[in-house]
Amino acid sequence: MPFRKACGPQLANSPTVIVMVGLPARGKTYISKKLTRYLNWIGVPTKVFNVGEYRREAVKHYSSYDFFRPDNEEAMKVRRQCALAALRDVKLYLTEEAGQIAVFDATNTTRERRGMILNFAKENGFKVFFIESVCNDPNVVATNVMEVKLSSPDYRDCNSTDAMEDFMKRINCYQASYQPLDPDDYDRELSLIKVIDVGRRFLVNRVQDHIQSRIVYYLMNIHVQPRTIYLCRHGESEFNLKGKIGGDSGLSNRGKKFAQALNKFVEEQNLKDLKVWTSQLKRTIQTAEALQLPYEQWKALNEIDAGVCEEMTYEEIRDQHPEEFALRDQDKYYYRYPSGESYQDLVQRLEPVIMELERQENVLVICHQAVMRCLLAYFLDKSADEMPYLKCPLHTVLKLTPVAYGCRVESISLNIEAVNTHRERPEEAKKGPNPLMRRNSVTPLASPEPIKKPRINSFEEHVAVSSALPGCVPQEVPTQLPGQNMNNSQKPS
Amino acid sequence: MGIFSARLNQALCGPAWLWRPCSVQGFGLEGPRRPFHPEHSRFSPPRRTGSPSAAARPGPAPPAGPAAPRGAEVERRGRSRSRPRMAAAASPARELTQNPLQKTWEPYDNGLPAGHSAQRGVCMTNCPTLIVMVGLPARGKTYISKKLTRYLNWIGVPTKEFNVGQYRRDLVKKYKSFEFFLPDNEEGLKIRKQCALAALNDVRQYLSEENGHVAVFDATNTTRERRETIYKFGEENGYKTFFVESVCVDPEVIAANIVQVKLGSPDYVDCSNDEATEDFMKRIECYKNSYETLDENLDKDLSYIKIMDVGRSYLVNRVMDHIQSRIVYYLMNIHVTPRSIYLCRHGESELNLKGRIGGDPGLSVRGKEFAKSLAQFINEQNIKDLKVWTSQMKRTIQTAEALGVPYEQWKVLNEIDAGVCEEMTYEEIQENYPLEFALRDQDKYRYRYPKGESYEDLVQRLEPVIMELERQENVLVICHQAVMRCLLAYFLDKPAGCKVESIFLNVEAVNTHRDKPENVGVDRSREEALRTVPNHL
Repeated sequence: MPFRKACGPQLANSPTVIVMVGLPARGKTYISKKLTRYLNWIGVPTKVFNVGEYRREAVKHYSSYDFFRPDNEEAMKVRRQCALAALRDVKLYLTEEAGQIAVFDATNTTRERRGMILNFAKENGFKVFFIESVCNDPNVVATNVMEVKLSSPDYRDCNSTDAMEDFMKRINCYQASYQPLDPDDYDRELSLIKVIDVGRRFLVNRVQDHIQSRIVYYLMNIHVQPRTIYLCRHGESEFNLKGKIGGDSGLSNRGKKFAQALNKFVEEQNLKDLKVWTSQLKRTIQTAEALQLPYEQWKALNEIDAGVCEEMTYEEIRDQHPEEFALRDQDKYYYRYPSGESYQDLVQRLEPVIMELERQENVLVICHQAVMRCLLAYFLDKSADEMPYLKCPLHTVLKLTPVAYGCRVESISLNIEAVNTHRERPEEAKKGPNPLMRRNSVTPLASPEPIKKPRINSFEEHVAVSSALPGCVPQEVPTQLPGQNMNNSQKPS
Repeated sequence: MGIFSARLNQALCGPAWLWRPCSVQGFGLEGPRRPFHPEHSRFSPPRRTGSPSAAARPGPAPPAGPAAPRGAEVERRGRSRSRPRMAAAASPARELTQNPLQKTWEPYDNGLPAGHSAQRGVCMTNCPTLIVMVGLPARGKTYISKKLTRYLNWIGVPTKEFNVGQYRRDLVKKYKSFEFFLPDNEEGLKIRKQCALAALNDVRQYLSEENGHVAVFDATNTTRERRETIYKFGEENGYKTFFVESVCVDPEVIAANIVQVKLGSPDYVDCSNDEATEDFMKRIECYKNSYETLDENLDKDLSYIKIMDVGRSYLVNRVMDHIQSRIVYYLMNIHVTPRSIYLCRHGESELNLKGRIGGDPGLSVRGKEFAKSLAQFINEQNIKDLKVWTSQMKRTIQTAEALGVPYEQWKVLNEIDAGVCEEMTYEEIQENYPLEFALRDQDKYRYRYPKGESYEDLVQRLEPVIMELERQENVLVICHQAVMRCLLAYFLDKPAGCKVESIFLNVEAVNTHRDKPENVGVDRSREEALRTVPNHL
């Protein structure tokens, strides 16, 4: 029986252009990148189009804020050209390259400019959702300029004081003509969210569909308070020792030692209000029990369900389910264990965890290998292809600290020996044509919820279309993981 | 045998049946709700004739859920924030013990459970929440209160609404006219204040003594002074306060609301509709002069959501925690456009015939007939923009295939995972896991199959489906017995009401509904355990 592709009415599936609005240094690029990372992670192919980058491409050398003065007609023309070029690429991405969402990152502070974008979208059948960031706190603006603008290529050749001064003047260039979104009157019919004072307040107007609703929810949950997220796996388990996957075994002796070491580590970090989360499996709870802290158990953090392969060794799987074993190697992200789960399923299950992590401040998540890979892929913007092979060794804590547009990672081995549970991508699979995609390119990682988009069908035989695209380089700064070359056991350092 | 109902049951939700909870615009008033329980729907479907079993009896629910172990309430509250449960880490000497019912690992200290309740104050998110409605009469405050209460209870957050109007009606038996609400009616003001205080007292009782987690204080609360009083009350008692204001200026919406729910109010039993409408409009006027809406500047430190024009736009200020964030998300997804939701199970499957639960079988011959009947039914209904959702299991997809319309597959709609009992008959479960079988009968909602799921797990899994159902208009959900029970429990929960019709499509099917047997003890006999198992091959 042929399975029908899921598809709703055209409307729900038309691609969306997210249009950022706001003065410079209001966090538009931060929001764009973060939102894009989230949407790609949940499986909605999304890409940022930053008009500033087009401008830097067109005008190789930035001289000063003069370029942005409203009466600089020459520059105005260039800037308009850049916006148009970016829109052309938006169109290409959404119509030809199977993109679902394009984030148009520019100031878009005038009604005239927004009107032009609305017309562009209407002609192409795209939905438009505006995200305006409004912030009048001079401290916040200054911090933002310090953090991300001074390091911009525009200011490569000048000192920070000069850069700061120039940038403030640049902001002023926009101020006179800035027309904020007005959902009560002029912009009544538009779909929009206004983010006011870095998330203290939100104004939301005419949310049209599922994805807009999720975007709004996400934006309402993120915050910019400095904080640290710690990810680690349970201590080594009895099954780890035997090379068996899954199950619900207790900790080995070395695993218990790790729990003690983790306790010491957490104490040394001396954190304010650290929350500790575990799965509902014994090994993570045993690990958390060693900490002198309350903790919360999440079923959603349980290890990937290996279905019929639960409690088997890889050798047993290879012998008893050779086809399954091979299939998994071919496409580990989409592969679903018989009566079990895939990494793709896991991402859906973990979405509420990510949402809550975004809301929280300091958190230690004690979880499992596959789960940790999914979480890590979110923070480091790793693709579906890389995700199942991220190195998450036992007895090692990853410390994630948000910086600028990305996340800094430190890998801290607690110096307790443990078996290696990482199985490399087999050589044959490495050589073959890459079945998956890079981040920010076309192929969906997963559907936003099980099946909302026709182009994303989660049937195995329907592994989404892939194609390599220009410009699919991850835009954030994924730090190289130290300790990514783990051998059999952790070496004391 | 066993573990009950997991997959295919036609009795309560037979494949031959279609339930249609229509979305209801009403703002009707009712008493406090009971906690959700899966197989206790409060309505009876018409008996099917020729049913192979007598078990098709949903009937009225027992007054309360099955005997829960002492302490379950405490745990519920600890966990209610989001699925996680709290546990304290104290002495390293604690041992982990698996709870036989829920299969969760719990720390034990010297053979005694290490108290979960002790954690209550530790986790900020466990501090109770007081939701305060704000708005003129007939702005849908009660509708929102009830709907939100139903949702929160369903996701496992014990919630209760406190309607001050109800207190007033209890105190002043006979309502005369709008004059009672005139701002210069001192007698009236005194009584109203008294009612508000009585309601707040009950709020305190509920949140501080009865393990309630969220209280919805449903009154106009239109003055800043009144809101300050409530806010202070919250502060003194350690509750977080969240305001929900509904602002609506469209006279048609207001008129529609008055006609739908206010005219049926006990206040207007003895007068004509015109009289009642006139009086009610005057009542609204009584509040207008003193109405102070939540203000961007004056109220900038409060946590609130302001809903404008029935959801056209929202203003959200200072969301403080997880539960407030979820409340906001929910309120932003509900709508009041009239629509219908159709729920049914897949057609009868091969394993249904054999009395086996779970698995991923295809449809039986009768199941295929049902799929055809369903197609015919859907065509006849002629529904605008009907969306069809299935699970990712073969039997629901096969059923949807017969419809000849596009559909979407949701993994979260898959049937409850019966773990080690998958594909067994109840008899086999009794044979192999008699203890599990009995435990499940004792508390079917919390019982988790070994390596499988509980209804409680299922509800968490289905939350995104409910959220999306709230967003959508006409939808047909082709799902499974346990899944359908969870969805139904949400729609049928009393206060927020839904009109339900059940439609038999005239295709015979086996009964898969197993009633709770009288004896649920672990030492019961095989016969006692199997007494309610429906017939099968």
